[in-house]
Amino acid sequence: MSEAPIRGRILRAALPVAVLLVGIAAWQLVVSVNGIPSYVLPGPALVAATLIEDWPLLWSSLLTTLSTTFQGFVAAAIGGVALALLFSRSKWLELALLPYAIILQVTPVIAIAPLLLIYLPQQTAVVACAWIVAFFPVLSNTMLGLNSVDRNLAGLFALYRASRWQTLRYLRLPAALPYMLGGLRIAGGLSLIGAVVAEIAAGSAGSGSGLAYRIAESGYRLNIPRMFAALLLLSVAGVVIYMALALASHLLLRRWHESALRKES
Amino acid sequence: MTARGGDAIRLRGLTKAYDGRGPVLGPIDLDVRRGEFVSLLGPSGCGKSTALRIIAGVSAPTSGEVAVAGHPAAERTGRAIGFVFQEPTLMPWASARDNVRLPLTLAGEARHDADRRADAALARVGLGEFAGAFPRELSGGMKMRVSLARALVTEPDVLLLDEPFAALDEITRFRLNDDLLALWRGLGKTVVFVTHSVFESVYLSQRVVVMTARPGRIHADIRIDAVERDANFRTSAEYAAWCRRASLALAEASEAVAVT
Repeated sequence: MSEAPIRGRILRAALPVAVLLVGIAAWQLVVSVNGIPSYVLPGPALVAATLIEDWPLLWSSLLTTLSTTFQGFVAAAIGGVALALLFSRSKWLELALLPYAIILQVTPVIAIAPLLLIYLPQQTAVVACAWIVAFFPVLSNTMLGLNSVDRNLAGLFALYRASRWQTLRYLRLPAALPYMLGGLRIAGGLSLIGAVVAEIAAGSAGSGSGLAYRIAESGYRLNIPRMFAALLLLSVAGVVIYMALALASHLLLRRWHESALRKES
Repeated sequence: MTARGGDAIRLRGLTKAYDGRGPVLGPIDLDVRRGEFVSLLGPSGCGKSTALRIIAGVSAPTSGEVAVAGHPAAERTGRAIGFVFQEPTLMPWASARDNVRLPLTLAGEARHDADRRADAALARVGLGEFAGAFPRELSGGMKMRVSLARALVTEPDVLLLDEPFAALDEITRFRLNDDLLALWRGLGKTVVFVTHSVFESVYLSQRVVVMTARPGRIHADIRIDAVERDANFRTSAEYAAWCRRASLALAEASEAVAVT
């Protein structure tokens, strides 16, 4: 490998880090120079200190939120794929149910959450919110994938008298996998959003212990540094979820799918 | 209905029509003897691929009868026929071995035996060392060989090929032509080969069946009596003479429709 691409790669990694550092420095500068009180805008140093000081509390809240996110994500993955499989088996079922899946998707979850919190136990309601936001991309992508089978390959399976189950297992599911993984990648981030929205809605109802609840609670108490610290953790959690799913997708597809292949130079 | 003892494929009054597009094929009567190598030669859109798909049982005729090895299409199992598409038609997520094994897997054969037979089929087409390779790691010609190995793995009586080498460069095509001939001689399969290349059909076949343009009917049935098929044959005067005959027949066949 020549020097130029290496330099390019270092630059690509260093650039966002540099922007981050400049941003943090500017933030600290503005706060210090203007003497802004910490209940209005805390400086990054104070946020970092709060993060360390409140770590036990924030850590357990993070675990709560991540657990909700994970449950919502798993439910979305299973529900989305299962529904797509059902729809692929029966056109009637798809015609009957797809409109409601779309309605569920386009209705803002923040508006549904308070209702769910009334009718369901709190933890169930929070997971349900994460599920509602996250399942649709899995459903629609899997449906697209199941219908994107190469026509000649379908003919080949017909030639060898493959059963429906065999065609699904050996042809349609593998062909749908890249699409499914694309949907899951979106669903990971969305289930975090759903969990946060539900926690905030639940928090205003007076209970809960997730990160979003901490943000809402700290807001009422004007503990702004803790709000920032919790927000930072949420962002990091979102990035980690996305990267983990991208990595899983890459590992599953790297041997054959175009999206995972390194571009020829 | 039973076919005559020596017939591997027997077509009677075969037609195919699509709603709104009218007849595309036939009526066609054709007998292919066991172990014979027959090419279907015709202009694009003459229905020769359709005929092949009907023989394979993937598509149903509008009318007429099809029998392969004496069995009507409905009673046949998938393993009696090997089919090679114009494209390699490999599953990109599966290794060469897994691709070749597919017909056996679908027939419920045990994994271990199926793997062994898939490897043997790959070795037969000269890809013994590439069993673990994925399609994207193989060249166009190699992918076509994998496709051929898959068609052979069930040890079918009849091998149907639908313009399999059309997308390959000429050097690769010549090599695959020779390899296909060697396989045919070694295994004694009945082969029906669809092509729009006069030269390829004459080089490979014992019979060249020339079809008219839509609706495809049989215009001429030319017997190629050459015994040796090699580089010498390809450059011989008799090869050129047969190509001339087939070309003339193809031109007539195309005209026959232009008039109607």
